[in-house]
Order: sequence, then structure tokens, then C-alpha cells
Amino acid sequence: MSKVSNVKVLFNGIIKENPVFVLLLGMCPTLGTTSSAINGLSMGLATTFVLVASNVVIALIKNIIPDKVRIPAFIVVIATFVTMVEMAMQAYLPALYESLGLFIPLIVVNCIVLGRAEAYAAKNTVFSSMFDGLGMGLGFSMALTLLGATRELLGTGKVFSLSVFPENYGMLLFVLAPGAFIALGYLIAVFNKLRKA
Amino acid sequence: MAKLESSFKNMLLVLAGISLFSALTLGSMYKLTEAPIAASKKAKQENAIKAVLPPFDRIADAEKITVEGVTDTFNVYKAYDKTDKFVGAAVESFSKNGFSGVIKIMVGFDVEGNIVDYSVLEQKETPGLGTKMLDWFKTDKNNQSIKGKNPAQNNLTVSKDGGEVDAITAATISSRAFLEAVQLAYAAYSNNPDAPDMTSGATAKQEAADSSTVAVTNN
Repeated sequence: MSKVSNVKVLFNGIIKENPVFVLLLGMCPTLGTTSSAINGLSMGLATTFVLVASNVVIALIKNIIPDKVRIPAFIVVIATFVTMVEMAMQAYLPALYESLGLFIPLIVVNCIVLGRAEAYAAKNTVFSSMFDGLGMGLGFSMALTLLGATRELLGTGKVFSLSVFPENYGMLLFVLAPGAFIALGYLIAVFNKLRKA
Repeated sequence: MAKLESSFKNMLLVLAGISLFSALTLGSMYKLTEAPIAASKKAKQENAIKAVLPPFDRIADAEKITVEGVTDTFNVYKAYDKTDKFVGAAVESFSKNGFSGVIKIMVGFDVEGNIVDYSVLEQKETPGLGTKMLDWFKTDKNNQSIKGKNPAQNNLTVSKDGGEVDAITAATISSRAFLEAVQLAYAAYSNNPDAPDMTSGATAKQEAADSSTVAVTNN
């Protein structure tokens, strides 16, 4: 694999096949964790780590996994990394662990992670699988951060907990679940308009 | 290298191998993070105690105190200054009558039983509404604040129920649950077997117990 194509693989995940804005995968954590920009970003980065690590390991061991048990084998690998992230976060970032809560263990069943393992890592080299995981992960992080920032700005008047609008501003709707859908819809529209331009 | 054939033996060996490897990794990760996790939990609790009490020198171990009409026990952490004089106690209290899930709070009382401060340990209330309890009841605005009030002398229920405290806008249920937890904390504080001399003494104990039972049945 030449270097150029790896860069292409990287940007494929960030823009052309952005998991949230284009593929519309992983909607559950996308809607659930983006009540603030920092939550969205950390969820994105945790998922990125799992994506990169599981893609690399699966690309490494793809030849010794018999076809019929590949899905359970992938899931065990993914679950291992997710549990590692969960323990590390609980130990060193307890505040973040509390605000993301249940969504960290749920990365195991995130369809982006299993999807990339099955669609990419199981067929490609270790190195390009790593780039694919990184690209997809960064694309996911970018989407979650954008959505989180939008909701936080409209809902509480802050971005990354820094006040942008005057005190007491806030549309409660955007902090709650319906606001997540509305904001996501508009962001998808804007992203796709820009992508095609 | 060609793919392994999907024979029973291959499948069994590969899955067992992967699982074993994963178990080993997780086991060592657990060992590695065990101490920091315990430390961060402890630090969190100590910070919660520190935040709600007047300055103190040491905290006694948690005492389990029961309150009439409630099956769970309450943890009471008594604080002493340098001369071993009792300066107040932090009480871990809870309410199951929130809008969603259990609300756990830590309330600090001084020697006279006045509320010094509180902190919310755990809550799953509606974001933007019930979650305002994190600082609503310590904001000095209208009748919001419960700081400095004494549950024995002040009627710490929401104004809708004839009390002295302004409920969180559009979150009366969360506010009621929060105040119930505060009253239970006070009941636990005054039920403390070697409770310090409180100005209102036995009557306070009785009143607090009564109001907590009322609060429980009301909701």
C-alpha cells in the first residue's frame, strides 16, 4: 500500500464516508452522549481508540479465524478493548466516566466498530486497517463534537462550558432528546451540501 | 497464509484462544487500575464531605444510623477539629421519589443542626430541569437557598406544599424528593446515638422524624 492511498483511506472516514453524517451509523451514542461538546468529543475519542485497536488486532489475526466464528471472535476482541477503555477512564477520568456512564460499555455494540472490522479490517492489511480505524474514529469524533457543540450552544449558551451568550440563555429543547434529532438533521443537511459543493 | 478451515476443532481452538488472551489482558488491566479506581472513589467521597462541612481536622469513620420508617441505613460522618471538639457531621442521604431514579445527596450540618452546605452525589433527573438541583438550593435568590436553615425550626418543604423553600421551576417533583432527602439526612443526624447538644434537643428529633415520615408517605 502506498502512502497516498493511506491518506485517502484516512479522509474517506472523515469526509466521504463519515459514519454519522453520511453512513448514519452509530446513532444511539450520537444522540445519547452529545448533550455537551466535551461529552461528544470524549465519546468520539474513546470510540476512536477502540476502532483503531480492534481494526489492527483483527487485521493481524484475520487469517487464523475460521469464517464461521468470525463475528464472535471480532466481538470478543472489541469487547476487550472497550472494557480496557472503561477501566482506564474510571481510574483516571472519573468525572468523564460518570457523565458518559452506560455509553462506554455500549461501544461494544456500536455498529461502526463491528462494521469496520467486518467490512475493512478482515480484508485489508494491518497498516491500512489502522488508517481506516483512525479515519472513521476521527470522523465520528468530529461529528459528535459538532453536534455536542451545537446542542450545548443552543441549549445552554455555552461551548465547552465557556459562556458565549449572556447568562440565563437557553433553549431547553436542545438539551433534551428531541433537540438531538433536530440538530442532527440540520447538521447532516449542511454537511452533505458542503460535501457535494 | 490461507484462512483456517471452519472445522469444529479449529473454531473451538481459535475462540478459546482469543477468549483466553482477552481474559489475561483484562485481568492485568484490572490489577493495574484497581488502586486508582478505589482512590478516585474515596477522593470523591472525601471531597463531598469537605465541601459540605465547616473547616475540620479529621473525620470519624462512617456510622450507620437508622431512621424510623426507612429501611435503609444512613452513613453519618462526624467531623472534629484539632482539639477533638465536634464541629458538625456530613450525612449521606437519598430519596427514591425523584422524577427518575434515586437521588443521593450529602448534607452537612453544624453543631446546632443548621445546614452548612450540600452536594448531590448521584441523580438522573431531567437535564435542564431537575438537574438544576446541583446548585439551585444553594443559590441565594428569593427563597431558594437551604443553607443556614435548620430543619427543626424551618419548614423545609416546597412552597406549594406550604413550606419555605422555592421549588425548581418546572421541577417540583425533583425538588420535593431533594427536600425529602435533606429531611431524612437531618433525621439521621439527630438520631445519632451520641448526638451533640442541640439547641432544640428532643423536640427537634421528634419533629424531624415526624416530618420525614410525612414526607415519605406524602409522595
